[in-house]
Amino acid sequence: MNISFFFEVFIGGLLSGVMYALVALGFVLIYKASGVFNFAQGAMVFFAALTCVGLTEQFELSLWLAIPLTMLVMVVLGMAIERVVLRPLVNQPEISLFMATIGLTFFIEGLAQLLWGSQPHKLTLPIEDVPIEFFMERFNILVSQFDVIAALICALLVTGLALLFSKTKIGRALRAVADDHQAALAVGIPLQQIWAIVWAVAGFVALVAGLLWGARNGVQFALTFVALKALPVLILGGFTSVPGAIVGGLIIGASEKLAEVYIGPLVGGGIEGWFPYVLALLFLLVRPEGLFGEKIIRRI
Amino acid sequence: MFYREAGQFKTSYQADSQIFPIRQDRIGMVLVLAAAFIAVPGLASDYAFSAIFIPFLIFSLAALGLNILTGYAGQLSLGSAAFMAVGAFASYNFVLRIPGIPVLLAFVLGGLSAALVGIAFGLPSLRIRGFYLAAATLATQFFVVWCLTKIQWFTNYSSSGVITAQEMVILGIAINTPVKKYLLTLIVVCVMALLAKNMVRSNVGRSWMAVRDMDVAAEVIGFRLMRTKLLAFAVSSFYCGIAGALYAYAYLGTVEPEAYNLDLSFRILFMIIIGGVGSILGSFLGSAFIILLPIVLNMLAHGLALPTNVASNLELMVFGALIIFFLIVEPHGLARLWQIAKEKLRLWPFPH
Repeated sequence: MNISFFFEVFIGGLLSGVMYALVALGFVLIYKASGVFNFAQGAMVFFAALTCVGLTEQFELSLWLAIPLTMLVMVVLGMAIERVVLRPLVNQPEISLFMATIGLTFFIEGLAQLLWGSQPHKLTLPIEDVPIEFFMERFNILVSQFDVIAALICALLVTGLALLFSKTKIGRALRAVADDHQAALAVGIPLQQIWAIVWAVAGFVALVAGLLWGARNGVQFALTFVALKALPVLILGGFTSVPGAIVGGLIIGASEKLAEVYIGPLVGGGIEGWFPYVLALLFLLVRPEGLFGEKIIRRI
Repeated sequence: MFYREAGQFKTSYQADSQIFPIRQDRIGMVLVLAAAFIAVPGLASDYAFSAIFIPFLIFSLAALGLNILTGYAGQLSLGSAAFMAVGAFASYNFVLRIPGIPVLLAFVLGGLSAALVGIAFGLPSLRIRGFYLAAATLATQFFVVWCLTKIQWFTNYSSSGVITAQEMVILGIAINTPVKKYLLTLIVVCVMALLAKNMVRSNVGRSWMAVRDMDVAAEVIGFRLMRTKLLAFAVSSFYCGIAGALYAYAYLGTVEPEAYNLDLSFRILFMIIIGGVGSILGSFLGSAFIILLPIVLNMLAHGLALPTNVASNLELMVFGALIIFFLIVEPHGLARLWQIAKEKLRLWPFPH
């Protein structure tokens, strides 16, 4: 076995895992604050990327103008979702909320394609997808510059979110809401405002993920399947944990690529689609709440 | 005035526990069955059979299967299409590899194979629940479709992966016209719906519902969790498997892994949400709704002369919006609306 090839695959996997983590992060944020498992996160990623591309192509805006505009659209979308879908469903069982977000997925997918057309687009970010020379010369490993910068953006985002959650007043309110809706209401935390903020932040995360994924794979309908990639990350890391999403993403990314390269040829390839799920499933048998999820204590 | 049970006395235990305790319900049921068995084959066109009636019945069966698992036993599953695929491919292989096997027996064996797969993928439900389980059932979906695509033996080494389903011959009658296919599907669905109805109102169904409402509590009062949950997975997968086999043989005419994708799983899930989670009738209503909705929307779009891509996107949006609408307005689905209508009818026209 060629050791530098192994590391190349490994690092490539870790970096793509960071991208998975980015999507998973959007799930975790909403789940933590409102107990809603937002299946529509993938559709939101698609919507964000398509809106950004659409703005640059059809209105010939520069990318730097289109991104804040898309940000605005995502915030409005997030708040609208809170207002129209979630508020009437307060106190419904979690499963109902989950199914509502599946409906939301269809709605957003239809809306995105209705507004901007359904043909695939190309999104060019001012980051080049070239191997970094340093790694090339020193270790003879191909590491894409794009992936590294994407990982850095992710790290920045996660640090920012961690600070938001732990240091600011909003963060404290968010954690209080996550802990107990009613108690939070009782001490005077405006629940609906908090939810609107969370959905807006999730929209922002979706935008970042959409831009990075869109630049990587092109902005097309397949982008919605990114959400499906993030699910095993979530169940591995635990639904309620931001670090869990990151670690889960890294584990899934690396093991998926390694499995594809080393096990794939033995069974005919294409195992990337289900391997993460089976891995996460096996893991769940040992720890049913994921790596960092809250321990589930069940009482009668 | 017409729909009330006044004067219908039950004098024996048997009479008290029959399926349709109200006479009007029994008459209604007979009328529906008569319409399905006599009027529809006589009146409907070939197009109506292959576009509406046959898929309606098949999806009802699949929705029934998922309803047993999700609605009655409370285990959310996103992998029903995978079990349908197992049923279809297993039936295909039984017919192919055992010469002279009756088609219906092959279907049952296909359903049993699906049940085995269901038990295997139901095992995690003993440890995990809720969303973790829902995400885990996606593993079934991807894994099964991958297996069927990659392992050539299942598709009998066909180069395209799309195989034509063998012709069905039952008791010497070749089932080759839409009417015959419809009648075959109808008979299968009727028998299985009756079975399901009886299952959910007996011991088995009650244990499922106890587990659904709170599995720890159910365990404390003596239900064996493992047996109950796995039985729900097995029965549900059996229903889905039979539906999958019919889907391939009576509807598509081909057996191909791609027909059983994640979208199909979601459609079946929508059927039970819209129809009513935890209701046999709901499976049928939901299936009818999901089958008819695209047809109606298509006609509307045609009437408004919308371009096709706009129409298809609008269809997605209406679909999603309706799901949300139903969850907000009537979380128990169409079946619940029907129940409310019945309550109203009992008092109508003198509600006081």
